[in-house]
Amino acid sequence: MSEDTNVRQSPLSSNEPLAWLKRQSRWSAFEWAFWLAALIPFFFFPTYLTLASQIAIAALFAISVDLILGYAGIVTLGHAMFFGIGAYVAGLLSAKLGWGEPITGLLLAGAFAGLVGFIASFPIVRVRHLALIMVTLGLGLLTYELANAMSWLTGGTDGLFGIDTWDIFGYFRFDLWGYTAYSYALAVLFLGFLLSRRVVNSSFGLALRGIRENTPRMPAIGSNYRWHLQKIYTLSAAIAGVAGALLTQTTDTAALEVLSFQRSADVVVMLILGGTGRLYGAILGAVIFLLMRDQLAGINPQYWYFWIGLLLMIVVLYMPKGILGRLTDLVRRPE
Amino acid sequence: MGNIAIVLFDGLAFGMLLFVLSVGLSVTLGLMNFINLAHGAFGMLGGYVTVLAMRQFGFPFLLTLPAAFLAAALVSVVLERTLFRRLYRAGELNQVLFTIGLVFVATAVATYTFGTGQQPIILPDWLRGSVEIAGMRFGVYRFFLIVVALLIVALVHFGLERTRLGAQIRASVDNQRVAQGIGLDVERIFAVTFALGSGLAGLGGALAIEIVGLDPSFGFHFLVYVLIVVAVGGLGSVAGSFAGAALLGIGDVAGKYFLPEIGSFLIYLLLVGILLVRPMGLFGKR
Amino acid sequence: MTSRDRSILRTEALCKNFGSLQVARDVSIDLPRGARHALIGPNGAGKTTLINLITGQIKPDSGRIELQGEDVTAIATAGRARRGLTRTFQINTLFPSLTPIEAVTLAVCEREGVAGQFWRSLASHREAIDESYEILRQLGLADAATRATRTLPYGQQRLLEIALALATRPKVLLLDEPAAGVPRDESAMLFSVVEALPEDISVLFIEHDMSIVFRFASRIIVLVSGSVLLEDTPDVVRSDPRVREVYLGNAHHG
Repeated sequence: MSEDTNVRQSPLSSNEPLAWLKRQSRWSAFEWAFWLAALIPFFFFPTYLTLASQIAIAALFAISVDLILGYAGIVTLGHAMFFGIGAYVAGLLSAKLGWGEPITGLLLAGAFAGLVGFIASFPIVRVRHLALIMVTLGLGLLTYELANAMSWLTGGTDGLFGIDTWDIFGYFRFDLWGYTAYSYALAVLFLGFLLSRRVVNSSFGLALRGIRENTPRMPAIGSNYRWHLQKIYTLSAAIAGVAGALLTQTTDTAALEVLSFQRSADVVVMLILGGTGRLYGAILGAVIFLLMRDQLAGINPQYWYFWIGLLLMIVVLYMPKGILGRLTDLVRRPE
Repeated sequence: MGNIAIVLFDGLAFGMLLFVLSVGLSVTLGLMNFINLAHGAFGMLGGYVTVLAMRQFGFPFLLTLPAAFLAAALVSVVLERTLFRRLYRAGELNQVLFTIGLVFVATAVATYTFGTGQQPIILPDWLRGSVEIAGMRFGVYRFFLIVVALLIVALVHFGLERTRLGAQIRASVDNQRVAQGIGLDVERIFAVTFALGSGLAGLGGALAIEIVGLDPSFGFHFLVYVLIVVAVGGLGSVAGSFAGAALLGIGDVAGKYFLPEIGSFLIYLLLVGILLVRPMGLFGKR
Repeated sequence: MTSRDRSILRTEALCKNFGSLQVARDVSIDLPRGARHALIGPNGAGKTTLINLITGQIKPDSGRIELQGEDVTAIATAGRARRGLTRTFQINTLFPSLTPIEAVTLAVCEREGVAGQFWRSLASHREAIDESYEILRQLGLADAATRATRTLPYGQQRLLEIALALATRPKVLLLDEPAAGVPRDESAMLFSVVEALPEDISVLFIEHDMSIVFRFASRIIVLVSGSVLLEDTPDVVRSDPRVREVYLGNAHHG
């Protein structure tokens, strides 16, 4: 580390804890390996590229929920409302306004979802425990019903017709194999991940962890913690909206299902499986969940429900830090 | 005008059904703060026990009701002793997810055993059909539901107010630490309450077959309803569950009848609104 | 200069009822600059409640609270903390999986108003980190700076409680039984930390151990059943017959 440029030239400088703090946010070898591994489907599993896109989209959605659930401690059963809002914004831009440009579609979807998230954050940060769970559930269900009722706009259960996403940068066409779709989804996931990583490794991320660890202590140290919560909730809603828009753009469909309770519950299940509060847990959870579903539900939907339910119970009972947490513990033990 | 009376009647009957299904969850939530989303699955269990008892063993309908109650109560005791008690301090999220996992498993098992179709039952003659009052026709079974629910309200009220166990339950709901301090075995009280509450859910499931049908998705389907009743009524409050269930029942039926497009939307809006003003629910204590 | 000008913290006729239970009756206290005041009283007298009222965790039914002449009765806890009114908790209210350096840095960042800057890495807040390390060092926690709070021994956790409060640069520091549960020899060390606090900080501490009270307090407030029985120097309080009566038969840490 370079010389401490601080004014206080005390021999008891904070170099050691500073070095420790820096280490917490450094990129580890595993991370590099992970993102390189994300390129594997291109070369070894080209028939699975569509599934890979789905996983990337779900991972981004899961990251958005991890920001509020894993880091700030807000338990939500209704986050699909933002995913769905983003999906519909992107869909409507194309289907009703004829604007199919993907990048701007993403940004607009994210911005609008973020705006709704900001409005929703006002009541959300004022309740806790069961009331909070029920308010998030209620808001999610409410949004679904609203979209269902406004079928003139949303196309109801059939969904939107006439979505046509343009080529990315006017050059990369969405091919049938899914090369473009996965590249696109992976790139957006990576960017979303980078942003989230930055946020959780900042003093703001520390404040969120403080809120999660001991909410009453926060006002005692002079923190406007509700304002922190509103900020992260808004950001989380925006990212979820981007994920939803990604889904619309890569599949050229948008139906009511994107707003469903099922989707809200699935993403929370993914988080618990992978492990909350670590970002990578969200990604791992999405991978496990969707791979399992792809393999098992293909055999028999009941099969899938049974095993995922069982896995969920096992993880909650025996792996409190999720599967990723258990893996990291196993790796760390030799040290 | 006549329509309104019938809608209110049907809504009240549905609300009574919701009450029987939900009261157990409300009390156990207030008692131990354990969020058991598998509560609906106990309802499903009760329903299937009734179907089995009637079809395979030729039980008369009325006799299957206590059977459903007992089956659900027994299963809940086993689950509580082996699995649930490890999660009492695990936090809301873990409880929510564990019990959701349980619902998944239960749903899968039910589908495997009974298939995905509806399970109809044949009610005894005296429960079928309708009666005519003031020129309007009201279903007999719905009368039956209301009577049964009111009986249960009376029993629960009597049990809570007049028996020793009831006093112990009330004390533990009010203040667990103090209750333990004066020597109450809170764990045993909870196990008993949990069994009774789950048994009532099983009974509710059995009663529900005629009104809303029974299929493996019952556990999920009614989860939302039950949660709304409990959250709006207030944790640990029987009166709250009654009020919440009646409100939701009438609201749901009326909404679907008069405002089919936005009926559900209004219910959820009301849910959010009530919780924002009174996060503890209408009758909640803590 | 009137005594009113010298006082940093004043409460005027604070009253609070929980149902029919009166936990605060007409409590008026006055804390001057540099005070080292002790708040004593039997269990259930309402000492922690009074601190909760002063810091804003509970709203009084009537009465005022003034911090440096400003009426803060309507201001929330966080606002009062930002104005320099801080407390520690009788039961450790820490962040279990955060390390001391993280926890104290967080408090410093909140004070400086930079905690919300989500685009800057935590490690870039050099001055905040330096300052929090210095606080930890002064409290003897430097070695434990990068260990998770939940792994620290109880005595060190109590010190961390104080460290968090100091990070807010308080003008008034309310310590709720800072040495609660700490063994005798360590509690003396803890209080020497309190003694070494800068002179312009006003300290009010709740304590049951009379030997500590008489050693460190320049004035004592005796609270009984929610109202102030007596407020005077240690010698006067010690010899007051009413105080003796209140403590007669009460086993206290002697």
